[in-house]
Amino acid sequence: MNDVVISARGVTKTFMISAGAFRGKKPLHAVNGITLDVERGEVLALVGESGCGKTTLAKMLLGLLPTSAGSIEFSGVPVANIERLKLAGLVQPIFQDPYSSLNPRKSIGSIITLPLRVQKDPDPSTWRKRAEEMMELVGLPRRLFENFPNQLSGGQRQRVAIARALINRPEVVICDEPTSALDVSVQSQILNLLQDLRSELNLTYVVISHNLAVVEHIATRVAVMYLGRIVEQKDTASLFDNPEHPYTKALLQSVLTPDPSLGVPDTQLGAAYPNPVNPPSGCTFHPRCVRVMDHCSVAAPHTIQRPGGFVECHLYDENEGRGRVAS
Amino acid sequence: MSKRILEVENLTVDIPVGGGILHAVQGISFHVDQGETLCIVGESGCGKSLTSLAVMDLLPKKAKRGADVLKLSDEDLLAAGERRMCDIRGNTMGMIFQEPMTSLNPAYTIGNQLEEALKRHRKVSTREARDRAIYLLEKVGITAAESRLGQYPHQLSGGLRQRVMIAMTLMCGPNLIIADEPTTALDVTIQAQILLLLAELQREFEMGLILITHDLGVVARIADRVAVMYAGQIVEEGTAEQVFNRPTHPYTQGLLECIPIPGKTDRGKPLGSIPGIVPSLIGKFNACHFAERCLFATGDCTRGNIDMRQASEQGHAYRCILDADTCRSNALEKGVA
Repeated sequence: MNDVVISARGVTKTFMISAGAFRGKKPLHAVNGITLDVERGEVLALVGESGCGKTTLAKMLLGLLPTSAGSIEFSGVPVANIERLKLAGLVQPIFQDPYSSLNPRKSIGSIITLPLRVQKDPDPSTWRKRAEEMMELVGLPRRLFENFPNQLSGGQRQRVAIARALINRPEVVICDEPTSALDVSVQSQILNLLQDLRSELNLTYVVISHNLAVVEHIATRVAVMYLGRIVEQKDTASLFDNPEHPYTKALLQSVLTPDPSLGVPDTQLGAAYPNPVNPPSGCTFHPRCVRVMDHCSVAAPHTIQRPGGFVECHLYDENEGRGRVAS
Repeated sequence: MSKRILEVENLTVDIPVGGGILHAVQGISFHVDQGETLCIVGESGCGKSLTSLAVMDLLPKKAKRGADVLKLSDEDLLAAGERRMCDIRGNTMGMIFQEPMTSLNPAYTIGNQLEEALKRHRKVSTREARDRAIYLLEKVGITAAESRLGQYPHQLSGGLRQRVMIAMTLMCGPNLIIADEPTTALDVTIQAQILLLLAELQREFEMGLILITHDLGVVARIADRVAVMYAGQIVEEGTAEQVFNRPTHPYTQGLLECIPIPGKTDRGKPLGSIPGIVPSLIGKFNACHFAERCLFATGDCTRGNIDMRQASEQGHAYRCILDADTCRSNALEKGVA
């Protein structure tokens, strides 16, 4: 049995969205019944277009948002029962934009040692030394301890965010688009750093990204999300070598590799992303699907086990969903 | 030979800042022919956006532009006054910016803004402008175009807004489109659609296109020619095929090593990286700009400015003291072939 750190069961998050001044509020299922296990030491990537619920899911995993339904357990204990402070010591976030995630009025040193202060670390005399060691570990020169974020480059800021996240030695780090605000040459430095830290500190990552080339590079397992559901989840090799869900295929097609002999791909996704307040019936992907069948608009697909993981699509259902339509 | 649409020679942009003068763009030369796509690629701060703003004469007030030649078709833009530039911008030279939400006016309908673009430059009736708007909205793949005219930008998704921006740029039938990071704010699937659309429209209307981006994947797929910029200079220039398949400048080679390429880079293996950071461009710089970060730098690199030189093939040039063969064998050693 694998060592599961975070286990989510049927997690749902519903927001009530105002539909107009005199109309009632409508439910928006940002995350719609997701079941997910994060195993110790793995890098689980959540991918999908904006609005698919990746960030909402991450916020729930961090304990920043309560679930509307379903449960999240951390090493077997429901997150709701874990004290806020204790949870912060176990799971830490790294955000996308290092320009807005660091307080401009605090020095680098006080940003990095803040978690120690919050956790009431018993040994304040060692804080500076520990922060400086952490700075060294993430590749920041110690002399920056007294500097302020505006004196640092984007890559350095992201290193500060990483040092801050890691100073209390969390078990899980949730990275929300950790490199998408960075330049190409800096992006590769941060990705390499995250990889090194993972083996050095025995970390587990949940990485949220829309950059599939990055995901393929760092993830060990990938969950593809569409409108609040995981439509395909597999280990990285199976997913990238043999994508099965038509949406995953379209996503992979739209990755632009720097190969001048290939033109711009035609993903044939056609229609734009649907309004999540009025999701399409049946399989929510059916209006954009190139292999849509009659019953796709009627019945929602079930989870189907496939080599390397699972997929939610009628194409791989032996009954092709017909039985369920009839019943 | 196809017609030359834009010719730029020795373009400079200087910005006075607290500590001296920031030489943001230092002598850039390029040209765009009819029906050609030129991609300017580089990291933030390399001067690629300022280059495009300088061509359109939209630089911030305190910035100073200089150039030997700046010609749009047969017109000398250096001699054009503000009034003439206003006639040119949006008419023969169109622009598409990164964030479609901030470049569309939230207080006016789509139709209003599209029609205005044409009415500003041509003597046309509202009826004609409206027909043209509908025609172009359909061209950029927007369904129910007529009903969209009454909508406001906030009612459209990011991809649709960018399509509207493209339609607006096409209203006057420009010869040249300058697109600054047109797909950066969009999802990957939408990005592919928008790029495909741009490429198709460009072919159909035979426009010149300058695409400014930091995304090497985008560049490789859409460019005819590529100019790689680093710290205010073009460091390598050539056809997409030359630059991507035979990168010669150490910076271009480094960039290509930095990105994970599905099927080529081993999953989980460390990526290549370029050590160090971009040099400050304040004050005079009398050396190779990349020398500090270059793996192959020698003492000669810091003795004076480096000129562009011809690589082994016609049309492929780079800015390095090493000869092309040495650069190439360096590249092969690093595995970027």
